[in-house]
Amino acid sequence: MAAMFSQNPLMNGPNYSFNDAPRTAAPEGARQHRFDPYTDNGGSTLAIAGADFTIMAGDTRLTSGYSINSRYHPKLFKIGGTTADQKDATIVLSVVGFAADGEALKERLDAICKMYRYRHGKPMSVKACAQRLSTILYQKRFFPYYVYAILGGLDEEGKGAVYSYDPVGSYEREQCRAGGAAASLIMPFLDNQVNFKNQYEPGSGVGHALQERERKPLTRSEGEILVKDAFDGAVERHIEVGDGLQMMVITKDGIEEILLPLKKD
Amino acid sequence: MDHRPQAWGRPRDDVYGAYDHSYFQNTGPRQATQAPIVTGTSVIAIKYKDGVVMAADNLASYGSLARFPDVKRLRVFLDSSVIGFSGDVSDMQFLDRHLTELSIDEAYEDPSSDNKGHLNAANLHKYLQKFLYKRRNDFDPLWNQLLIAGFDGDAKPYLASVDLRGTSFTSPSLATGFGSALAQPIMRRYAATEEDAAKLTREQAVEVVKECMKVLYYRDARSLDRYSIAVVTKEGVELKEDEQLEKQSWAFAERIKGYGTQTV
Repeated sequence: MAAMFSQNPLMNGPNYSFNDAPRTAAPEGARQHRFDPYTDNGGSTLAIAGADFTIMAGDTRLTSGYSINSRYHPKLFKIGGTTADQKDATIVLSVVGFAADGEALKERLDAICKMYRYRHGKPMSVKACAQRLSTILYQKRFFPYYVYAILGGLDEEGKGAVYSYDPVGSYEREQCRAGGAAASLIMPFLDNQVNFKNQYEPGSGVGHALQERERKPLTRSEGEILVKDAFDGAVERHIEVGDGLQMMVITKDGIEEILLPLKKD
Repeated sequence: MDHRPQAWGRPRDDVYGAYDHSYFQNTGPRQATQAPIVTGTSVIAIKYKDGVVMAADNLASYGSLARFPDVKRLRVFLDSSVIGFSGDVSDMQFLDRHLTELSIDEAYEDPSSDNKGHLNAANLHKYLQKFLYKRRNDFDPLWNQLLIAGFDGDAKPYLASVDLRGTSFTSPSLATGFGSALAQPIMRRYAATEEDAAKLTREQAVEVVKECMKVLYYRDARSLDRYSIAVVTKEGVELKEDEQLEKQSWAFAERIKGYGTQTV
C-alpha cells in the first residue's frame, strides 16, 4: 500500500502515466547480428625432421568457402633474418587456418626474433623461438590466433627439429606433423611412412611375438618424395588443397626453397 | 493529469504500454557496424603487361533497392594507385576521408614527387590490411572488401585484395562479391598466371574487363549498366567514371527458365 502514495517515480505509484525506470538488459529476442571475426582459408602444411635437415611444406591455395581467392599465397615464412629478405634466416614458420591471423602471427614472431638478434648479437635457437611462439599464442588465449603453426629448424646438435602447436600455444617437438585442412588425411600416412607405425618384420611371428620394423631417419630425397606424395594424395581428396607446393629444406648451409606444381582443380 | 515536463509528448503507458527505452539509449556498450546497410556490389580487376585495369559499377544499393545510381566506387590514391570498394558505402566514405588525409600528408612530405608521394600500391595495401585487421580485432569492422591496384617497389604491376577481417591476397586477376563467381573464371581464361598476365595488352585487358562487367549486369541483380573503369600505368591513372555498357544482348534470357517471359 505504501507504494501507492510514494513520490518515488521509480516505484509503480499513481504518479506517472509511464514507467521512467531505464531498462538495463537488451529486449527479449535481441535483434543482433554478431560479427564473426574468423574464417577458414583452407590449405594444408607438413613438416618432417631428418637427421641433419628439416623439410617444411605447404600448399599455396587460399580459399574462402568454395572460391579460390589465390593460387599463390605462401604459408611458409623464413623467420628472424637480419633483413627483410630473410637471406640469413635459420628458422621456418608455417601457418594454416585463418590467413589474416597467420600473417599477424608471422610478423610478430619475426619482429621478436629480429629484436633478439639485435640485443644478443646472435640468432635465436629453434628451442628458444619455439617457447616464445607458444607464449605469443597463449597471450591471446581468449581471442586466439586461429592458426595451426609448425616451426622448423636445426637444434643445437644440428639435428632436424619440428615443433607443432595448437591455436592457443600447446606445443610439442616431433619427428613429423601435418596441419590444416588435410591434416587428418596426411598424418596417418606420415605415421606409417616416417615412424613406420603398423609395420612389422616379415615372418617375426604373430601377436606379441611380432617385431616392429626398425626405425631409422629418412634421407633428404626420401623425405621430399614423401612430402610430394602426401600432398598429391591430399589434393585428390580435399577441395581446399592444391595449386602449388612450396617446400623449404633447412640444412646447415641455409634454407633452400622449392616450388612444385599441384593439381589446380 | 501529469504535469511533469518529462511526460510532455510521451505516449501514455496505460494507453500504449510501456515505452521500450532500449531503442533510445546511449549508455551501455557502443554499437559497432554489425551489418552493411548501403552497399556496393562487385569490383573486378586484371593485370596486364604494363599496368592494371579495374572496374566497378556506379550503384549503391539499399538492400534490394537501387538507391543511389551515381556513386563512384573507384578512388585514385596519390595519382599512382587505384582502390576499388565493395561492401558498405558509409565505411567506404570513411576510408576515403582517411586516405585523403594520408595522401595530403604524403604529398607534403616530398613536394618534388609531383603529388605521387612515396607510398606505392604495395605499401598502400599493407597499410589498409593493418587498418582493417585492427578494426576486426576491435570488433568494429569496416564492412568492405577492397581491391588495390598500382605498382610495387620493383615497379611491377601490383594487384591485391583486403577484406573486413584483414585477410589479404594477390592474384593476376581479382574480383569481389558476385564477381568472384561470375567474372573471375572469365578473367582467369586470359590471365591464369603472372606470365599470362604479362603478355596481355592494354586493349585486351580493357576488353576482358568490359565483357565481365556485362556478364555481371546480366546476372547480378544488384548491379547497374553505368560503371567506372580505371587503367593504372606508370604514367599515372586514367579514370573514366561514367561509362555505359555497350553491345548488350539479352537474347540468352529467352532460353532460361525464370529469367524471361515464360510462364511455365
